[in-house]
Amino acid sequence: MTPLGDLPVWAALLTGFFLILGSTLTLLGSVGLLRFRSFYERIHAPTLGTTWGTGGVLIASIIFHSVLQSKPVLHEILIALFVTVTTPVSLMLLARAALYRDRSEGNDGVPPFETAAESQDEQPRSSGA
Amino acid sequence: MSGVIIVWSVTIAQLLLAAAMACALLRLVRGPRAQDRILSFDALYVGAMLLLLTFGIRAGSTVYFEAALVIALLGFVSTVALAKFLMRGEVIE
Repeated sequence: MTPLGDLPVWAALLTGFFLILGSTLTLLGSVGLLRFRSFYERIHAPTLGTTWGTGGVLIASIIFHSVLQSKPVLHEILIALFVTVTTPVSLMLLARAALYRDRSEGNDGVPPFETAAESQDEQPRSSGA
Repeated sequence: MSGVIIVWSVTIAQLLLAAAMACALLRLVRGPRAQDRILSFDALYVGAMLLLLTFGIRAGSTVYFEAALVIALLGFVSTVALAKFLMRGEVIE
């Protein structure tokens, strides 16, 4: 093991606080993923883990390594930036794919296909006139 | 003193993250449709990434950071590819 005893107590307390905050929020998001009824409710839940869940664990890691090496260690910000940028992109693509599948199968609870098709039809006509 | 605090909080955090991954895994097995499975896969790799970061804190080394970054990258690419596959029926057109 590394000399963890060299760490001052305030840094250890802060690290522990942020670690437990982040992992608790990730667990809450996963419980939501398990318990919500429809897919469109479920897609909201894991974002709890990708925002403050990731943020808490990354802040804990930054504090721990910065205090242990007594210099600022900030490369965890890379992960935070990357996750913040990519999560909305992938979840929007997934929600669009699910909506497309539900519409093409004519399931209940989703707006029908025709509205999207009509608005697409009307766009070139109005621009042409 | 601070070593005890770090070890205990890392252990608790790892247990909570493992429980989160177990919930996602249950949804992956149970999920009624393909999009539910992809969503739970997404949650699963986020949990794995955070678990690797806690391992890095426990070992006191920054080596685990690169592995977490690679998991984040590959997870994003795989989720996008699977969503594209659901939408179009093929990944690269």
